[in-house]
Amino acid sequence: MSDNYNLRGKIAVVGVGETTYYKHGQSPDPEFVLVLKAILAACDDAGINPKEIDGFCSYSNDRNDPPRLANALGLSELRYSNMQWTSGGGGAAAAVQNAAGAITAGSANVVVAYRGLAQGQFGRFGRSGGSRPVSGGAAYTLPYGMMSAAQMYAMRTTRFMYEHGVGRNAMRSIAMACYHHAQNNPRAVMNGRTLDADTYDASRWISEPYRLFDCCLENDGAAAMIITRSDHAMDLAKAPAMVLGAQQSGGHRSGATVENATDYVTSSFKPAVKYLYEQAGVTPQDVDVVQSYENFTGGVVMSLIEHGFCTYENVDQVLTFDNLRADGGNLPLNTSGGNLAECYMHGLGLQIEAVRQVRGESCNQVPDVKVALANAGPMVAVASTAIYGTPEALG
Amino acid sequence: MSRFTSEAHLPGLRQPAPANDGLDAPFWEGTRAHELRVQHCRSCEIHQWGPEWMCHACNSMELDWVTVDPVGQIYSWQRPHHPVHRALSDRGPYIIVLVELPHADNLRMVGNLLGDPLQEIEIGASVSVVFEDHDDGDPDFTLVQWEVTPAS
Repeated sequence: MSDNYNLRGKIAVVGVGETTYYKHGQSPDPEFVLVLKAILAACDDAGINPKEIDGFCSYSNDRNDPPRLANALGLSELRYSNMQWTSGGGGAAAAVQNAAGAITAGSANVVVAYRGLAQGQFGRFGRSGGSRPVSGGAAYTLPYGMMSAAQMYAMRTTRFMYEHGVGRNAMRSIAMACYHHAQNNPRAVMNGRTLDADTYDASRWISEPYRLFDCCLENDGAAAMIITRSDHAMDLAKAPAMVLGAQQSGGHRSGATVENATDYVTSSFKPAVKYLYEQAGVTPQDVDVVQSYENFTGGVVMSLIEHGFCTYENVDQVLTFDNLRADGGNLPLNTSGGNLAECYMHGLGLQIEAVRQVRGESCNQVPDVKVALANAGPMVAVASTAIYGTPEALG
Repeated sequence: MSRFTSEAHLPGLRQPAPANDGLDAPFWEGTRAHELRVQHCRSCEIHQWGPEWMCHACNSMELDWVTVDPVGQIYSWQRPHHPVHRALSDRGPYIIVLVELPHADNLRMVGNLLGDPLQEIEIGASVSVVFEDHDDGDPDFTLVQWEVTPAS
């Protein structure tokens, strides 16, 4: 590992901010206003003047483009803009990675990673309409009734369960842990809505093998993270969360159309993890708390295996509700409630929760966190994953 | 000879059309002729799916379209219950299968599994193509559906 080609220790997250999280279609604000509010909240959290921002990173074709944001914020310089191409929320950790890379390269000093969604204004992910002919890869799926995100990933989970003899227990435990954590999180859309095993088991099918509670929410809101040089970070309001490592992850033909990825039974994290842990200088055993993107619970099971937190063989022993709880579990998972129960902000909320855990500010704080991992977008063509740590974690 | 039908399994969904760059027109022309065509590399002789301008194995751009046996095995499946398109609102559950073609380098195709929508589905089961003709499209088109191959 060459220090010259590693961002470890050089970059920190110094502020995080979110708007109120709304049920889909219920934001009183336009999407662009939500993003501005989240950026101001993150700057306030960092104790940094918004005018210091000189770069923006986002993902998933975010509609709120940096020139308009820079104009609205009155920035004197816009030195860096970046968009990570992938489907869904696979780019949440990649936005942090790209910000960190830009700062490490001297391209910018204060970069915002952000995501905004107002589905009332722009339409829902989980619905598909229209009658125009469809061409390209979708021509081979959509006419067969395969068009929603759940439908795009259900067959991968079926095959995973078949190849590895995995049942529903881990998926149920993940959903219950998310809802459990949301009860202590006032930001969570599902705060006040509990989930027990019977309710999960009785919930309706979305597409077998996914039940209702295997599927993420759809929400309106925005989230932002302020990222800067670690030497700058030390002068700011709060203790920084150091970026120990961040990687994007696409495998051989992971973007092949019509479900023809070479490795089909994967969360897409296999290529990244070896680089991630080497870059961060930690092992899975060093990670104190995990935020693992739930588009669908089956993808989380694969993600946790591929990140080294359990194996195909011991899934049912490790991924239990008791073990995934912040209060007493050995593998605290999605401690904000995550995409299932806090908010589906395309996974940026999970990155923010990892920062909160490192700072000791979570609603479900795990004791003595030094290292936190947050990944994004299992099963998509390009996923991403990041590790954050306290300054002490740098050793 | 493959079976064919003019009965739409999921009527009202958006219809397919060949890409406007010409990449996959031979596939859709093939289904109209009740032939299952896939890409085949003239240089390294692998089958490729979905369609692309280049062979992913050897990077040759000399790709032919060949007709393959319209049979395969169920590689995975799902059964959607929740309707996500207005045309599906009163349809009830249906089955989507991912079918592997072992005689064509294990490429995979997506279609519906015809028959009882609540049938038990067995990964590895042999399936055969049913060409689903739509002679009222714009343009007309034929989908590739699947049914479990009867035991011979």
